[in-house]
Amino acid sequence: MRVAIIDYGSGNLRSATKAFERAAREAGIDAAIELTDRPDIVAAADRVVLPGVGAYADCRAGLKAVSGMNEALIEAVETKARPFLGICVGMQLMSSRGLEKTTTEGLGWIKGDVVEMTPSDPELKIPQIGWNTLELAAPHPLFDGIPTGRGGLHAYFVHSYHLAATNPAEVIATIEYGGAMTAFVGRDNMAGSQFHPEKSQKLGLALISNFLRWKP
Amino acid sequence: MTLKARVIPCLDVKDGRVVKGVNFLDLVDAGDPVEAAKAYDLAGADELCFLDITASSDNRETIFDVVARTADHCFMPLTVGGGVRAVGDIRKLLLAGADKVSINSAAVNNPDFVAEAADKFGNQCIVVSIDAKKVSAAGEANRWEIFTHGGRNPTGIDAIDFAGRMVERGAGELLVTSMDRDGTKVGYDLELTRAIADSVRVPVIASGGVGDLDDLVAGVKQGHATAVLAASIFHFGTYTVGEAKRYMADHGIAMRLD
Repeated sequence: MRVAIIDYGSGNLRSATKAFERAAREAGIDAAIELTDRPDIVAAADRVVLPGVGAYADCRAGLKAVSGMNEALIEAVETKARPFLGICVGMQLMSSRGLEKTTTEGLGWIKGDVVEMTPSDPELKIPQIGWNTLELAAPHPLFDGIPTGRGGLHAYFVHSYHLAATNPAEVIATIEYGGAMTAFVGRDNMAGSQFHPEKSQKLGLALISNFLRWKP
Repeated sequence: MTLKARVIPCLDVKDGRVVKGVNFLDLVDAGDPVEAAKAYDLAGADELCFLDITASSDNRETIFDVVARTADHCFMPLTVGGGVRAVGDIRKLLLAGADKVSINSAAVNNPDFVAEAADKFGNQCIVVSIDAKKVSAAGEANRWEIFTHGGRNPTGIDAIDFAGRMVERGAGELLVTSMDRDGTKVGYDLELTRAIADSVRVPVIASGGVGDLDDLVAGVKQGHATAVLAASIFHFGTYTVGEAKRYMADHGIAMRLD
């Protein structure tokens, strides 16, 4: 199995690559993890991962700046329906629009805008940095065997914005941060994680293994 | 259910080696930062911090190799500081596997560098490290000043004002170190920590002076920090990270005990 992690100059790409390699090794999955900026490799991959760190508009522009990459991503995910995982801003890019700094059109896979978090409790810090537990809104194969809820495993978050998804069926998990904020979205072969699985130790490695086995 | 307070061990790294070593486990090489990072990862540290104190420019590259080797083995968030002066430094650290960088003297000398860095890499990965000393006399209202060069050089800059300006420029987090307390084991300067934490919206990491686990509890409860950083109590094996986290949980602080 060939897994393409898209390199468009954004994100902690080495960490993501190493975490996918380790998850595959520990789960006994024969996967070649390839960090790539080549559209042909992305278009032909069996699974596609889009990381991303920074501002929405910058990441969107960065993705478009790699010639042919946006088209390759659409071919792999929309046309060929390959399993896709967006991470952090990579997840946010799945939305209709990003409203950080300016209005930016997203990939349009998950309905809703990426907006600044406005926790009801003014004591809560922005960005949210650290470990939080997840509330699963709907069962999803990527969370198979992962304890969630109070007493469940923790996921690592670093973000000031979240995807305010308008179709509840596309919200897989939320976190409590002065109100429910979106932690994980999905539909069909597309999944997106606001937290960093590659930094989330037990929960992260389990989720990545599930992604590598996922047959949507 | 809720965001947990973080415990962050900090390793001083010089020329690619841990200063003074780490003694809390049977490490094959107690001076190897990667070995120490792996041990802290296993112990449940919520994040790890490397502070590069390499003086010679010849050896400045060693930290990139340390970060890269750490990222190969550890799936925990990693902040790297020390000598971060240019966008190119940040890019290299992030590519090597750091998640956040901390900016210290460059933020004092050129505050616009913080804005430039936050614009390029996002606020979430820019930590501004604030080294402050209390300068008010007894009986006066509390006043703290920014010091550079390990607490030797006063700058005349008020620490609370500086914190606010750094957040305006895009710092996503502040690492607040009391230079009066650093190395003293008498506890954080809780008034300083709280004064800054209450004046900004971003998370504050308390640092400098931890002697026992009550100091960590106080950092969160009285200092209003969302993360507590410590070095020697962990490196010398006085307490394990696990003990620290359980102790904080027993004192009513929400902690990650996965």
